[in-house]
Amino acid sequence: MSLTSLSAVEQSRKLQAGEVSAVDLARAYLDRIDEHNPGVGAFLRYDAERALTAARHIDERRKAGEPLGPLAGVPVAVKDILAEQGERTTCASRMLEEFRAPYDSTVIARLKAADAVLLGRLNMDEFAMGGSTENSALGKTSNPWDLKCSPGGSSGGSAAAVAADFAPLTIGTDTGGSIRQPAAFCGITGMKPTYGRVSRFGLVAFASSLDQVGPMARSAEDLALLYGAIAGHDPQDSTSLNQPIGDLSTISQPLKGLRIGYAKEHFAAGLDGEVDEAVRTALKVYEALGATLVEVSLPHSKYAVATYYVIAPCEASSNLARYDGVHYGYRSDVAKITAELSAQRAALEEAGERRAAEDLDTPLVRMYRQSRSEAFGPEVKRRIMLGTYALSAGYYDAYYLKALKVRRLIRQDFDKVFEQVDVLAGPTTATPAFELGSLVDDPLAMYLVDLYTVSANLAGVPAMSLPCGFSKSGLPIGLQLQAKPLAEETLLRAAYMYQNETEWHLQRPAL
Amino acid sequence: MSLTAADVEKVALLSRLMLSPEELQSLTSEMASIVEYVDQLAEVDTSDVEPMAHAVEMHNVTKDDAVAQSLSREQALATAPKHNNEGYLVPAVLGD
Repeated sequence: MSLTSLSAVEQSRKLQAGEVSAVDLARAYLDRIDEHNPGVGAFLRYDAERALTAARHIDERRKAGEPLGPLAGVPVAVKDILAEQGERTTCASRMLEEFRAPYDSTVIARLKAADAVLLGRLNMDEFAMGGSTENSALGKTSNPWDLKCSPGGSSGGSAAAVAADFAPLTIGTDTGGSIRQPAAFCGITGMKPTYGRVSRFGLVAFASSLDQVGPMARSAEDLALLYGAIAGHDPQDSTSLNQPIGDLSTISQPLKGLRIGYAKEHFAAGLDGEVDEAVRTALKVYEALGATLVEVSLPHSKYAVATYYVIAPCEASSNLARYDGVHYGYRSDVAKITAELSAQRAALEEAGERRAAEDLDTPLVRMYRQSRSEAFGPEVKRRIMLGTYALSAGYYDAYYLKALKVRRLIRQDFDKVFEQVDVLAGPTTATPAFELGSLVDDPLAMYLVDLYTVSANLAGVPAMSLPCGFSKSGLPIGLQLQAKPLAEETLLRAAYMYQNETEWHLQRPAL
Repeated sequence: MSLTAADVEKVALLSRLMLSPEELQSLTSEMASIVEYVDQLAEVDTSDVEPMAHAVEMHNVTKDDAVAQSLSREQALATAPKHNNEGYLVPAVLGD
């Protein structure tokens, strides 16, 4: 059995027992990445030399008997959206293509403190906006199960990397499903923790009230290992929760008297038949393990996508105002802009259109506009435009304020459900992975892919996706589990119970 | 409510974006269909509902008022497209 097919927990055990070195383990992954990343495209960048140096250092410290962190020697790869001092952090955007972060994000600092071996940076939709990783300006990522298909998004690189055995553990972020949907499409396990569980300090902001960093791995057991290393209070993030993260050492203990809810709204029109069947079969697995199944209702769930696509673009339009071509990021050619403006003004004055000449942009405003237009891709522009529109005079009450009110109703639906059940189970996505290119021309259809996932972000509850079957065409299907705020331990235990009975999470694509 | 190209042009200025004629055309129809979709929120009765801006409603989270290390001027300016070692440089704000 090759090193890369072991779980992260087994790898850690072997490293601690001295049966394998961190260098050997890193080299095994780097060899796979060298061979298969050109086809899969999960990594935007990886640095073999740097990873091997870090691994060697850990081996030396272990040999010297020094205390080591919980991930000592285990390779981890990170979505290219978390700042790392001195390293490029691109968000898969031309805007930040050459940006080098002047400080470490808390998640990167914790991974370093845990002695993880950082392999490199993973592809994503530009600024985490998208559900297919096709909005990346810097690379294409394919689904390892079928290279014609999308890995999902926005954490498509993070999901594809685990599926392709490029890393046992990866970091993703989830604003409306960006960990869970690609986890479902790539047949891996991923968790969006409760809002505020993992620090956002140094995470490039998309929609600040929804963004959450989370772990991605092959199994719930591996997820718990990574989650334990990155979660917990951070004074640098004022929205970070100052609450204990729970006892993760108990995740192999089954939950007695587990009550599992399934919402009738999650099994309505639009759900693919094969997904429906796989999820219902998963519910029966839980029933056989002693869980009670309860039908519940989320009456406002049909408004979740509309609510999300008001709130997220509003917050994005505000957050992305910082990309002004002044403080960092891309700036277009100022001499050219000034010359163009002068020519436009001269032409308008010549034509006697004095008013229009006066209304021309100032050089500074034109520099902002030109730089942003050249460096942002179409989806980022679309969301900035939508958000600006919804926040502009006359529309604020009708869109933004209205969406915030519906958001509360969605949260109240969850509160009621979690009075009746411990875990809510359903499909992560309505269909398995779609083909690359099939939805790029229809933004609204792409947004509707988020149907089952956005509610957890709006409500702030923890949620995860784990593999529960395959379509006839060989594509993975994801089961989504959600729980009340702070109940990650319940989610991980419930997922472990299922993975102890099934082998879907152990299936690997042939590359 | 339908969205016109002139509306979209105005939003582009507010957004500090410049749109090509093709972008203006495609964004006008895409935004119109998305706005039409989100208009369904109007049918929800929210008369007694407080807006919810954050999933975890925390207030007045403060840090200790203590001097701490922050980025040096060199570090902060190092990321700028154009600077003179003291500040950021931008095109003339007034006049040419």
